Amino acid sequence: MVMSEEDISRREFLKRGACAGAGVVSACGIGLWLRSRSRNPGRELSASLVRNYQVKIEPGLPPMAVVSGGTPAALAAAALEALGGMRRFVSRGDVVVLKPNIGWDRAPQQAANTNPELVKAVAQLCFEAGAKKVVVTDVSCNDARRCFMRSGIAGAAESVGAAVILPEERKFRDYRIHGELLSVWPIFTPILEADKIINMPIVKHHNLSRVTMGMKNWYGILGGRRNQLHQNIDLGIADLATFVRPTLTVLDAYRVLMANGPQGGNLNDVKLVKTVAAGIDPVAIDAFGATFLGLRAEQIPYIRIAHERGLGNRNYSELQVKYVSLE
Amino acid sequence: MSASNSAPGPRGPEVVKRKPRMWLRRARRISQVAFLGLFFFLLFQTEFRGAFFRGAADAIRLPYPVSIFLEMDPLVAFSTAVSTHALYGNLIWALAIIGLTILIGRFFCGWVCPLGTLHHFFSSYKPESKGNKRIDTNRYKRWMSIKYYLLFGLIAMSLFTSLQTGILDPIPFLVRSLSVSIIPAVNFGLRGALDFFYATNVPALQWAADSGYYLFGSNLLSFKPQYYHWAALVGVIFIFIAVLNRAITRFWCRGICPLGALMGILARYSVFGMEKKHSQCDDCNRCLLHCQGACDPQGKVPWRQAECHLCFNCEAACPQDVIRFRFFPETAAVNPTPDLKRRRVLESVAAGLVILPVVRASTGLAKDYNPGVIRPPGSLSETEFLARCIRCGECMKVCPTNAIQPALLESGIEGLWTPILKMRVGYCEYSCVLCSQVCPTGAIWKLTESEKLGKAGGGTPGAKNAGPVKIGTAFYDQGRCLPWTMATPCIVCEEFCPTSPKAIWVRAETVARRDGSTVTVQRPRVDVDRCVGCGICENVCPVQDRPAVYVTNIGETRSRTNQIRLESGSYR
Repeated sequence: MVMSEEDISRREFLKRGACAGAGVVSACGIGLWLRSRSRNPGRELSASLVRNYQVKIEPGLPPMAVVSGGTPAALAAAALEALGGMRRFVSRGDVVVLKPNIGWDRAPQQAANTNPELVKAVAQLCFEAGAKKVVVTDVSCNDARRCFMRSGIAGAAESVGAAVILPEERKFRDYRIHGELLSVWPIFTPILEADKIINMPIVKHHNLSRVTMGMKNWYGILGGRRNQLHQNIDLGIADLATFVRPTLTVLDAYRVLMANGPQGGNLNDVKLVKTVAAGIDPVAIDAFGATFLGLRAEQIPYIRIAHERGLGNRNYSELQVKYVSLE
Repeated sequence: MSASNSAPGPRGPEVVKRKPRMWLRRARRISQVAFLGLFFFLLFQTEFRGAFFRGAADAIRLPYPVSIFLEMDPLVAFSTAVSTHALYGNLIWALAIIGLTILIGRFFCGWVCPLGTLHHFFSSYKPESKGNKRIDTNRYKRWMSIKYYLLFGLIAMSLFTSLQTGILDPIPFLVRSLSVSIIPAVNFGLRGALDFFYATNVPALQWAADSGYYLFGSNLLSFKPQYYHWAALVGVIFIFIAVLNRAITRFWCRGICPLGALMGILARYSVFGMEKKHSQCDDCNRCLLHCQGACDPQGKVPWRQAECHLCFNCEAACPQDVIRFRFFPETAAVNPTPDLKRRRVLESVAAGLVILPVVRASTGLAKDYNPGVIRPPGSLSETEFLARCIRCGECMKVCPTNAIQPALLESGIEGLWTPILKMRVGYCEYSCVLCSQVCPTGAIWKLTESEKLGKAGGGTPGAKNAGPVKIGTAFYDQGRCLPWTMATPCIVCEEFCPTSPKAIWVRAETVARRDGSTVTVQRPRVDVDRCVGCGICENVCPVQDRPAVYVTNIGETRSRTNQIRLESGSYR
């Protein structure tokens, strides 16, 4: 075969042919690899189970203690002592997350956020029980930086060496909550990345749910469109309480916001009660807490739902509650 | 410094090998870097990042005087003094710059101005034109006098209380462009990269992402991503002006900058300047190669004092001993006045005077005031506000909820980039006064928390026990509200309402559903006497696209006329 000047050499022919062929093959290969057969191209979500941080109940020790008449630190110490000591809940090397209510840009005496001295005392007790790390965090309603400072909680927690984590947007992940009402919600992951969780709500008036305490405090793990939860607030609270089962609930009733909740603002709405209730049964604690606002557990729908779901016992008087007075 | 070793006399008639004073240029570079660094540091600190070591009772303030660059800007001081007949607060610092400029000339442009330094950098980093072409671009051109006419027009407008200098004044221009557009854009990109690593769930990459947040979390990264109304427009203008440097060195500084123009005029009698020995010049034009101001440092023509940035590149470049900066230079080779035509000066002043009535003849300010122009708390009445606001964007940068946004045309052409609150983006945090603290010109007066909340004299300085500062009033759109129209419980607005007692009050009402059954819901209403217009209700309303509760500016404390009811008017 005579090659004219326009013809290319065999080597050149093979080289260029191979390049073009490789291009076609790789384009098709990438296309087939990327090909999605789904009719719904939405993103898949991380699966999730119920988050259970509860510890085994030892017979003989009380499941709940109510202490009154002292400083927040003394109340915390006495409550944990009545329950058999913090070591019953926190083991050596544990990462413990404290979840106070740091929802509002309000000062401690306005009783819109958990008492900072109480948070500090509980963090200290965790460290004494051998906790490796104590994390204090919440997803605030007002600007978080202001809430964390104004509530005094960030300062108090840092003073005993606890890690204070502001709710940064990147640390939210979508979780399946598997609730009756709530399906998939963004959750602030540092709260769940724990060996033990201690829920530290404050008792406050709340116009829609009537009173906000421990189970309602789990709103503070959510991001996203949580303003829509109000449309069925009781079921939403019960779903969250089903999703997160805390090791312990320490209810702050040192100052109780009796009206204009949940953020208050007027000191005339605040009543000095000087009480702390602690226990492992979140439903019993909330049922007890409701009495501070003159309500019975039966009047609060979310307590009823939680009771019926077996999350706890709303008839706290059936439990061996230990009452302690420091006065 | 004035010692002269330039005379060839004692060493003989032959040309002496020259030792140029390189330290002047070096000092200028150090100064530029230091002031640019300080500028960025203060800009990054224009955000409350949470000072947890402080007590719960301490007032929330920024730890640094973040507005000092704006406060020492002579054009801010001069134009607000013209428009308000007073020098507000820390603007007194501008006197230091004004005094030094009168003495030694436009040192600010070459040594201090952060925007000038950025232009300097952009124009000298791998420039497009080199050699003779670059020398030609650095010769003085007639268009460079545009900045003076812009200045005269803007000052003429200020005279009749329409302060527009901030649009072109370099410090407000830079603060605004970076705060509203460039920094948020960098945030967007950086967060995207770091969050990508964080989302991999690979511990090493997550550690890298955490380190990135730790590294940039106290400076470049804001606490939350920030979004601004028409940020792209502000950003495109900034980038366009930055890129222009590639064609013409410091186009902005030479042709546009009204602050440079003001300083050029102030430098008229300066006692420091260039001395040229034309006789020794061999026209190599090396002085022009890196000239910043286009002030004609070359031989045979007088030096233009009003254009020179005192960068000292020419002195460092001169191979002969022609150029020398010194105090009390010989005046023969100096042209001390800007290149101005009297007729043009009169025309620009006339244009400035005419613009105001033309703009104010629009309906906006007088007859059809936009209900969405919700000004930050402590803002003065609209005409006084427009006489002070320099659109620097400090209030937008510092707002913790991102509520304060640059207006486009909401408050008229005159109100371009003035701050307005958009409650779908953020809301006015009840006890926050940071925007009023950073405002350099008093367009938002320096409120304390108790003044804002009405516990010790609200609306007016010095007033005792007045009510809270209102920025607007909330209203319900009952056709969109869940309890009003959908028989569904909600009242998130009531929960978030920060006043005590709450301005939003509810009443339980039994309402019918479509199927005939009934349900009891709490229906919200606004107590106009309690509402401060903070907009948190609008911000949290679950009807996201067009909220069922929204704030308009009626009832705002700053206005005497924009009030609903006689007895509830909060104007004092």
